[in-house]
Amino acid sequence: MTRCDLIVAGVGGQGILAIATTIAEAGLAAGLRVKQSEVHGMAQRGGAVQAHVRLSSETVWSDLIPKGAADLILSMEPMEALRYVPWLQPDGWLVANETPVQNMAAYPDLHAVRSAIGAWPRHVLFDASAVARKGGLPKAANMAVLGAAAPFLPLPAAVLEAGIRRRFACKGAAVAEANVMVFQAARTLAESIRRPASVGATHADR
Amino acid sequence: MSETVKLWLGDEAVAHGAMDAGISGVYGYPGTPSTEILECVQRHPRAVERNIHRQWSANEKTAYEEALGMSYAGCRALVTMKHVGLNVAADAFINSAVTGVNGGLVVAVADDPSMHSSQNEQDSRFYARFAMVPLLEPSNQQEAYDMTRRAFDCSEEFGLPVVVRLVTRLAHSRSGVHAVPPREENPLRLPEDRRQFVLLPANARRNYEQLLAKQPRVQALSETSPYNAFEDGSDGTMGVVVCGLAYNYLRECFPHGCPYPTVAIRQYPAPAELLRRLAGRVRRWLVIEEGAPFLEEQLRGMLPSGVEITGRMDGRLPRTGELSPDTVAAAFGLTLGSGAAVAQVVAARPPVLCAGCPHADSYRFITEVMKDHPHGRVFSDIGCYTLGALPPFDAIDSCVDMGAAITMAKGAADAGVRPALAVIGDSTFTHSGMTGLLDAVYEGTPITVVILDNGTTGMTGGQVSMGSGRFKEILRGLGVAEEHIRVVKPVRHEHERNVAILREEIAHKGVSVLVALRPCIHVTGKEA
Ligand SMILES: Cc1ncc(C[n+]2csc(CCOP(=O)(O)OP(=O)(O)O)c2C)c(N)n1
Ligand code: SF4
Repeated sequence: MTRCDLIVAGVGGQGILAIATTIAEAGLAAGLRVKQSEVHGMAQRGGAVQAHVRLSSETVWSDLIPKGAADLILSMEPMEALRYVPWLQPDGWLVANETPVQNMAAYPDLHAVRSAIGAWPRHVLFDASAVARKGGLPKAANMAVLGAAAPFLPLPAAVLEAGIRRRFACKGAAVAEANVMVFQAARTLAESIRRPASVGATHADR
Repeated sequence: MSETVKLWLGDEAVAHGAMDAGISGVYGYPGTPSTEILECVQRHPRAVERNIHRQWSANEKTAYEEALGMSYAGCRALVTMKHVGLNVAADAFINSAVTGVNGGLVVAVADDPSMHSSQNEQDSRFYARFAMVPLLEPSNQQEAYDMTRRAFDCSEEFGLPVVVRLVTRLAHSRSGVHAVPPREENPLRLPEDRRQFVLLPANARRNYEQLLAKQPRVQALSETSPYNAFEDGSDGTMGVVVCGLAYNYLRECFPHGCPYPTVAIRQYPAPAELLRRLAGRVRRWLVIEEGAPFLEEQLRGMLPSGVEITGRMDGRLPRTGELSPDTVAAAFGLTLGSGAAVAQVVAARPPVLCAGCPHADSYRFITEVMKDHPHGRVFSDIGCYTLGALPPFDAIDSCVDMGAAITMAKGAADAGVRPALAVIGDSTFTHSGMTGLLDAVYEGTPITVVILDNGTTGMTGGQVSMGSGRFKEILRGLGVAEEHIRVVKPVRHEHERNVAILREEIAHKGVSVLVALRPCIHVTGKEA
């Protein structure tokens, strides 16, 4: 049985829904059942935003992931990654962009935020914004976060890449390809950061 | 990807269901979590090709009445709104049950338990019961699609409007949906009886009798509906009544089937026969429903003594807020999993006005002027600009229901509050602010209205705003004196000028209006 529950987190306007939908569509393309619950409305004005994505070879019942059941959190923002740890399994992966969005009166101490992520047994904390910039697409940090999460998803990278190409097809083949490159660069980076294979085994095949 | 499976939001499933049921038009006013229904029809290739009506209306009441007019002409119409929108459309809705419909009329209304983007968490099932019309409550995206099509057939079969009730968690969740080939649109066919839609008391009494006479058939349909089911279980110590989407949480707790006898309800009025069957089997019931304890309350008053009911009303489930797999599991004494606690460094991140939002500059000049008037008040309204209630602005004193800024300012002014300011968005003004302004103009009430014209319906994602750019003409037409209609530009370098103009206008002993004209940063350079 294949099964993967994940939470995509970030701040309204960071492209969280694009990540979630790309994964969900890739899940459908891979023949899995899919549910993806997302946030629209008020919170999209710079508030905390998250999407629950559930992929399974069996029926997916709840649109929401139960507490302590997620295999993975991927976050566009470091503090937002921590907001959802009550949903993460103790041995789940936390994949986060380290660049903060400080659009609030009192953003907590960034070192404290980073070390709280560092304390999580399985995590990948990286500079998604830098990966995107290097790929010439400063606005594609979300595709970098998706790339960094790819090693932990029960989906072939090629299916995700095909989804990215479809998503950006309307902007021309060159833009689509550049997004795929950002995805691939982050994926390679995550593979290298990730601890030894025994620790890093994904929980997708239970 | 199999070509027939589409990844659709619950909202999109309703839109496609309506399109495939052969609607000739969709009407609505935006409101989270219902907005994506009409927007989905707007993008639908067949809707464009066939010119299906798909424009937003001024408010939910006008939308409902326009849909009723289309139904009058024999065609199928969908009307969409959020739960509080049905308050605005309630007069038309309730009376349309009395007139009955001609072409199929379906009301897709999206409730927002937990108030993610709303002022309250009212449950639309009360409205359907009030109006005595059928309501369908899908539990997943496939059902949202199938039930919308069924709702149109039902509507024409009974000659009644039919409600499809969504909740946020379905409206804004995606899953795979299989679609079927579309049905043709209805031809134009006017009502046979010209008195049907003329609710003079004599006709209304006759129609009301007819509405009552339809009820046994409506009830019978619920009893045999494929969407209401008795699912037997091996453990008779408890029974479950589960409504709509809550069924998913039940099955999340019991993926291999619920051990307790269960009545699952997705079509209303509630199926009395199935509930009686459950009463014959078990004496202890858990009622699980998303929204208010609507059915629980009815059951508590209805069941034979000796049946013990637990649910939201006695705290077995939380009394307020949306359900989750965890709260439902807890009601059975189960835990599905346990996660770590949130680290202490995590702080709340409330929504904020976008950087560069014109409303911020408006609030800067308004708060500066109001500093000198500790007894003055700023009555505001619903939209992005409601975020002016939060720091750093702390600029507004009310936000109740769309349009209430102007009328509450008027009432407060009548009571002696000076100055009484109303701050209202462009779309909110044309939704229901301008009718109230007539009251103030007629009486010459000393209020100052600031219309924040940002060119769009911002809060709900940037829909067209009908009055935008034309407020001078509209205000003149409503009778506001020309010299007290002041158009200002909310930008930093005009700040002093704007402060001066607002000071002048609050000194005026009658109605004055400032139009703060500057587009939302998401509109600049694109069509609203
Ligand atoms: C009766 C009702 N209908 C719809 C809504 C949803 N809603 C909230 S704010 C808003 C639009 C506000 O637009 P506007 O007044 O132009 O202000 P902006 O958000 O652009 O600042 C809508 C449609 C609601 N809260 N109540
Ligand atoms: S969407 Fe437009 S109106 Fe709303 S906060 Fe952002 S800039 Fe302001």
